[in-house]
This record gives sequence, structure tokens and C-alpha cells, in this order.
Amino acid sequence: MMERRTFADREDVLGAVMLAPALAYVIVLVGVPFVLAIVLSFSNATAGSLSFGWAGLGNYAAILGDPIFLRALRNSAVVTVGTQLLVVILATAAAQVFRATFRGKRFARFVLLLPWAVPVSLAAIAWTWIFDSTFSVINWTLKASGLLHGWLYWLGDPGLALTAIIIVQAWRIFPFATVIVLAGLASIPQEIVEAAVVDGAGFWRRLFQVELPLLLPVVAVAVLFGVVYTATDLGVVYILTGGGPANTTHVLPTLAFQRGILGADLGQGAAIAVFLLPFLIVVAVAMLRLARRAEVGGAAR
Amino acid sequence: MAGVDIRNLRKQFGDLCAVDGVNLSIREGEFLVLLGPSGCGKTTLLRMIAGLERPTGGEIHIAGERVDGDVPPRARGIAMVFQSYALYPHRTVFQNIAFPLEASRLPRTQIAEKVQRAADMFGISRYLDRYPRQLSGGERQRVALCRALVRDPKVFLLDEPLANLDAKLRNTARDELKRFQRQIRTTTVLVTHDQVEAMGLGDRIAIMDRGKVRQVGTPEEVYEDPVDTFVATFVGQPPMNLLDLGDPALPPRTLLGFRPEHFLPRSVFQPDEDVRAFRFSVRRVEYLGSDRYVYGSISDGAATDTTVIAKLPATIALAIPEGEQQEFAVPRRALRYFDAATGSSRKI
Amino acid sequence: MTRAALRRLTRRAALYAAALGFIGFAGFPFYWMLVTAFKQNRDLYVGASDLSHVPWIFNDPPTLEHVKLLFGQTDFPHWVLNTLFVVAAVVIITVAVAVPAGYSLARLAGRWGERLGMGIFFTYLIPPTLLFVPFARLVSLLGLQNSLASLVLIYPTMTIPFCTWLVMGFLRSVPWEIEEQAMIDGYSRLAVIVKVAPRLIVPGILTVIVFTFTLVMQEFVYALTFISSVDKMTVSLGVPIALVRGDVYHWGALMAAALFTSIPLAIVYNVFIDRFIQGFTMGAVKG
Repeated sequence: MMERRTFADREDVLGAVMLAPALAYVIVLVGVPFVLAIVLSFSNATAGSLSFGWAGLGNYAAILGDPIFLRALRNSAVVTVGTQLLVVILATAAAQVFRATFRGKRFARFVLLLPWAVPVSLAAIAWTWIFDSTFSVINWTLKASGLLHGWLYWLGDPGLALTAIIIVQAWRIFPFATVIVLAGLASIPQEIVEAAVVDGAGFWRRLFQVELPLLLPVVAVAVLFGVVYTATDLGVVYILTGGGPANTTHVLPTLAFQRGILGADLGQGAAIAVFLLPFLIVVAVAMLRLARRAEVGGAAR
Repeated sequence: MAGVDIRNLRKQFGDLCAVDGVNLSIREGEFLVLLGPSGCGKTTLLRMIAGLERPTGGEIHIAGERVDGDVPPRARGIAMVFQSYALYPHRTVFQNIAFPLEASRLPRTQIAEKVQRAADMFGISRYLDRYPRQLSGGERQRVALCRALVRDPKVFLLDEPLANLDAKLRNTARDELKRFQRQIRTTTVLVTHDQVEAMGLGDRIAIMDRGKVRQVGTPEEVYEDPVDTFVATFVGQPPMNLLDLGDPALPPRTLLGFRPEHFLPRSVFQPDEDVRAFRFSVRRVEYLGSDRYVYGSISDGAATDTTVIAKLPATIALAIPEGEQQEFAVPRRALRYFDAATGSSRKI
Repeated sequence: MTRAALRRLTRRAALYAAALGFIGFAGFPFYWMLVTAFKQNRDLYVGASDLSHVPWIFNDPPTLEHVKLLFGQTDFPHWVLNTLFVVAAVVIITVAVAVPAGYSLARLAGRWGERLGMGIFFTYLIPPTLLFVPFARLVSLLGLQNSLASLVLIYPTMTIPFCTWLVMGFLRSVPWEIEEQAMIDGYSRLAVIVKVAPRLIVPGILTVIVFTFTLVMQEFVYALTFISSVDKMTVSLGVPIALVRGDVYHWGALMAAALFTSIPLAIVYNVFIDRFIQGFTMGAVKG
């Protein structure tokens, strides 16, 4: 009689056992808190006490009538969109440069990746120093080169502060996007590009009519991650301006932190954070679509 | 007896029926080749025998014992050589060959002895301390075979073991494989899509298409008497010519088949030989050294747009001018007939 | 000089100019960290309106005074130890949970694996800023507020989804045949997982460790939410929050801390960036 299958041969059992801890972690510590975030946003829970009562739409009514919140919502949108525009332009241009071979490329690549590697909070504090109201090296350089006559209070003026925030976010994300676009460029079949060259396409035609359309899914991935990174980031704004001056530069995460954690009003903090969801759902749906398209394309090849 | 019996075996992957009711009896000590185009289900069939895939239905018996379903690969008494050879990259040749023995918890001294003996047989004793990446393709193949042999399996399963070798090595490797199998006389099942390999290695060949076994037989049987048009055109290079001439002497909707090497100028045959003659319009002649391929069409009958190929050995030095009509003929004993609707062969 | 040669030359020049521009933008804050960290205070604190004092260079000889302050009189060394402790604990949890899960999804779960993996990966997109409010409550319920244990508990929520995905994707590039061969060679599925698979996943595990390391080094939001006392802080929290005494920023020491933390991370990143990118673009970029 041959030996029969035992527990140690059963892929389904082994698979379930090996997957269980990860699944449990994700469900208990991501899924449940996620639901809790939404539930809290309808409650009057506070950090100080364990009491928990329904507030219905109270929190939402309160924040929607709050000019600081509306300002933060607008800032979030402006910063996210502005950053992505800057990132896409910078990253496609940088990818065109970095696909070429040149002397010192390894070092250049190392430097290019620095902003992505450094912890956000440390980068933000460095930029705080760069934008300092008295010692800003940017102001010195602009004045020394004769471009600036007055004075720029980078983090003291709402408009300039938002610009500064966008600059820092774009600085932080464009290296990542560049590398993704480079990976995409590398995956374009060489024959297609060569066929275009043989057909007489110059650099610009090749770029706009051959490469960019093929790169679109990859650029989209870079943008989607970029949206998640900017819309949900708390560190840059928290450290750069703390939401100031006079609560004019808050974004949703910093405002949620201020109300929910510092102000101990968990319900309102959660309600503010929940406004991030539409951003994320759009991103998630777009990614699923892209993944499916890539699958279909892959099967066709 | 250590044969393999397969009864009504099926395997479904979603909507796709990879193996569709296969019945096959592999005799003890036999070298059976599963031959078919890619995607015909031959590898899936082999993997089900190995126990790497679970059948959707049907039975597999190895050495008289039913194994489908509940017997894991390790308990089936089989050995398998993959196309990539699947050598353990972090283990030396010695450790690779010893690995199956370690599983059966043999004492160390006995393992070393067995490995040494098997390695001698394959002439790889010199490489025992090397890692797979340091070996050539042919050496890797021998290590893989050696590792398969060392367990004394009841059945050998080989999945395209020659496909990764370059063309020069392939002939020698084929010869070695066949000699080695003759020597140990273990039941062997080999999967390939290469008909030359199949003809050269198999005691019998099972030809598969779209999940079904079309024909099982010796190389001669499948070549000389294909059961249907699929086998007729799949085996043989160039493939068998198939023509619907609308010949009133034949039953309606009958395809006439003959091999290119039987289709020769009329003058080659004796005048009294029983042949079927055709008017052949020659379109193009390909000179291939040992042979000439002549492409054209039959100009009498209804099949004037079907390309017909003639394969002339170098011994026939006759000039065949392109663009002209020639008298060609096929010996009657070499003619085969098929049903045009079902494709199956017809005795006439 | 021919026209074509001239054109080539201008192209070359444009390429180098563009490369220089990008490195300038990317590297400028790091240059500024470097300069600030080693400048003497009287060289450092000169108002930018004084155009005769060039801030880009060392006008006085460089000094180690800020570095000494950082290591001798601040909690920075303490934060480094805290960070290393959290890194080690989170790496252990992540490897122990995500590697088997990734293996299971790639090799054992069959047709469901891909979809389930995608689902797990999507939880990586749920940001800390959405979860920190409920986590604040959870952590205080467990009595873990203001302890490193809270970080050890929560950080794997970020590392496990991404690393499970990484391992799953990595295994797709490793042929199954070696494991199948081992099953035929007489081993059970479990024995294959224990004896054969680990050696095959080593590069994947390495990537998981590095990703976890960089993520823990960079995390700021949860640390800010859960940790309040200075001696419990991690580097990424302590430097921007606690090196500031009241309103006085020790810019020299701050920049020294930022620099010393960034350099090892940058080196590790450079080695592993391509692996991470594979994880991010899986699906959109094939091959």
C-alpha cells in the first residue's frame, strides 16, 4: 500500500496556515481601524474619556461650516494637483536625461535618489531652515543676483507658504517618479523605437508619438502613488508651517491631527481624515483599471 | 509489474480542458513518448502522473496501485527530469544527487556509496564538488538524470529533457538517453514536441492534440498508418500531402494522402509498377543538399490550388524545370485515404 | 567644425546642463545640511540681507562643535538606539508574517492568490493619516501610549501589506520546478517549504528587510501621535520635534543629525531601489 496524503502534503491547509497571520494583522489592525475611523467620525468620542455617543452628522456639519476646514480641503487639493503637475514634468524630463549615458552618471543617480531616501521629517526640517525668515539662502541668492529687491517671508505668507510646500513635496517625490518612468522606458520594446527611427521619426516625434503613449500607464502609476504620498502626508506641512500662519496652510492630515489628537476631539479628527477617502478611492479604482489593462495587454503579447 | 495505467483521465483549468478523457496503458519497461504541439495537454498529463497536478476526473494506476487523488508525489515511486533540470542551485552535484536519498533517511555512508556508483555510471564523478552553475548544459542533464536514477524509481518521467541543449549536443544526448534506458529497463515516459526526438526514442509514441490521445503506436505505425489527418500532418517533415481530388473512383468527400518522399517523377518507377500518376505543375524547387523539395500543384482533378510537396533524394539527378508540367506518380501501396469531414482514416 | 559635430556638441552640453540642474535641485538641501552642520555659529547666523557675506561657502574654518553638541548633549544617541530597537522588532515581525504569506499567495493559494494579494496590497494605500485617530484610541486602550511597543505593534500594518506583495512578486520570477523536483525527490510539501524554499527566497527576504528598515527610519506620523516623552522618541521624530528648545533651533546640530541619518539610508536605497520599483510598478511594467 502506498503512503497516503497527510497534513504536510495538503497545499490548501498549508496555504491557509501560512497566510493566516498576515490576513489577521491586516484585518484586525488595518480593516477594523479603518471602519472605526468612519464610525468615530459619526461620534462625539474624545481622547480623555471612554464615553462614546452618536453625533450623527454633527461632526460633518460642524467642519463643513468651518472656514479653516474648507481652507484645508482647498489646500489639500491645490498641493496635491500642483505637486503632481510639477512631478510629471520634472520626472519625464529627468528620465530623458538619465536614460542617456554620461560621465558621472552613477554619482548623479545617487544624488537624484537622495530626496526619496531621506526621512520626510528630516527633509522638512532642512527645508524649514532653507526657508528661514532671516537666514534663507534662497533670499540671499535671489538678492545677490539682483532678482529680488524686497524680502520673501516664505513660511510667513500663506501664498508663498503653499508654494514652498509644493516645492518640497515635488522635490521629495520626483526622484521616485523618475525611476518609475525610467523603468517604463526600459520596458518599451527596442524594436518599436527602432522601427520609428527607421521610419524617419526625429527626437520629438519619437518622444510624443511613440514613447509617451507607451509610457502612459507607467506615468499613471507614478502619479497615483504621488497622489497618495502628497494628499496623505502630514510631516511636510506640520514641520514647515504647522498649519500657520493663522491656520491658512493646513491640509486635511494636519488639521485632523490638530483637532483629533492635540484637541482630543477624536470624532471631528476622524471626520476630517475621512475626507481623504475620495482621493484614495479614485486612486484605488484607477490602479485596478491599470492593472487589468496591463493584464489584458500582457495576455495579448 | 511497474506499468502505468491511465483511465479516462481529465483535467480542467477553469474553462479550458487541458486533458480530456485520456486512456493509456504504459507497459512495464517501455519507453513511451508523449508527442504533440504545445498546449496539447501532454505536459499536464505527465504532471498528473507525477502527482504535481490533481486530476479533475479519471484514474491513474502505477504498478497496479491507484495513485490519483490521495498519493503525494513523494510516495509514487517516480522520478522526474524537468526541462530546466531543476538542479538545486545552492547544492553541489554530490548534494543534488544525495538529496532524494536524504529524504528516505538512509545512513550517510550508504548515501555516499550510492551517489558514487550512480555518478560513475553517468561519468560525472569528476564534477561531484561543483555547483550546477559551473556545469555545461550536457553535464547538467546528466546530473539531473543521475539524481532521478539514484532513487530506483518504478517510473521515469522526462519533460522535454533535450530541449535546452544546443542542436549539436542533442543527437549525442538522445543516443545516451536511449542506451541508458535500454540498460536499466525502467518504464519511461518522455514528453516532447519534437517528432524526430519522439521517433528516435520511443518504443511507442502517443500523439496528443487538444487534450486527447489521437494515436498510440510504434514509430513505424504512426508514420505509416496515421489514424487521422492530424497525425498524418503532424508526424513527418514535410507533412503528408492531403488532396480532395473529387475522384469518381473513390467514395465522395475522401481525402487522398501521400508522403512527399513517395511523390516522385514517373520516370523513376518501373513502367509496370502499380502507381497512381498525376500531372504536377512545378512552381519552385528548393535545393537542400541531401534532398530537393519541389513545390507545386496537381493540375488534373479538383484540387488545383492545394500546394503539394515532393521530396526528391539526391540520388535522383533529374532536372526539374520550374514553371513546367511534369509527370509525377505515387506507388499505390503508399496512398492513404481519409474522411474529409471527420479526418479519420478510411480503408479502401 | 562641421555642422553635425557642432550639433552633437550642443546636444552634449545641453545634456550635462540638464543633468546638473536636476542634481542641483535634488542635492541642494543636502549640500545645505553639510554646510550648516560644520559651520561656526558666527559664520552661520548672518542675516541673508547682508550681501557681502556669502552663505554658500565656509567663510570661517569648519567646526565639529555642532556634532559634539548633537552626540554629547542631546538625546540623539538615545533616539538612534530606540530606532534600532524598533527596526529590529518590526523586521522580525514582518519577515515572520509577510514572507510565509507571500509564499502562500504565490505558490499555495492557486487562482485566488493573485486577487487576494492585490487586496492585501491595497491596504498599503490606506494612509496613516486616516488611521491615526482610531489607533490613538486603540493604543491608549491597550495602555501602550508613549511606549516603543506601540510603534512595534503598529508599524507592521504598513510593512506587511507591501512586503507580502514584494515576496509574492519575487516568487513569480523564481521557477516552481525546483520545489516540484523536491516533492518528487521524496519530500512532503511542508518539508519543501522548510528545507528548499528558504534558500530560493533569500533575495526576496533581503528586500523585505531593507524596505522595513527604510520605512521605520522614515515614519513620522504614528511616532508623533503615540510618543510624547523625549527619551522614547525615534530619530525621525526627535530631530525635528525635540532638538528645538523652545524657540531656539540648534540649526547646526539639527542639520548634522539629518545628514548622519540620511547617508546610510541613501546608500541602502541606491542598492535596492530597482527591487522596490519592481514592487510599485508590477502590472504596469512587465519584463
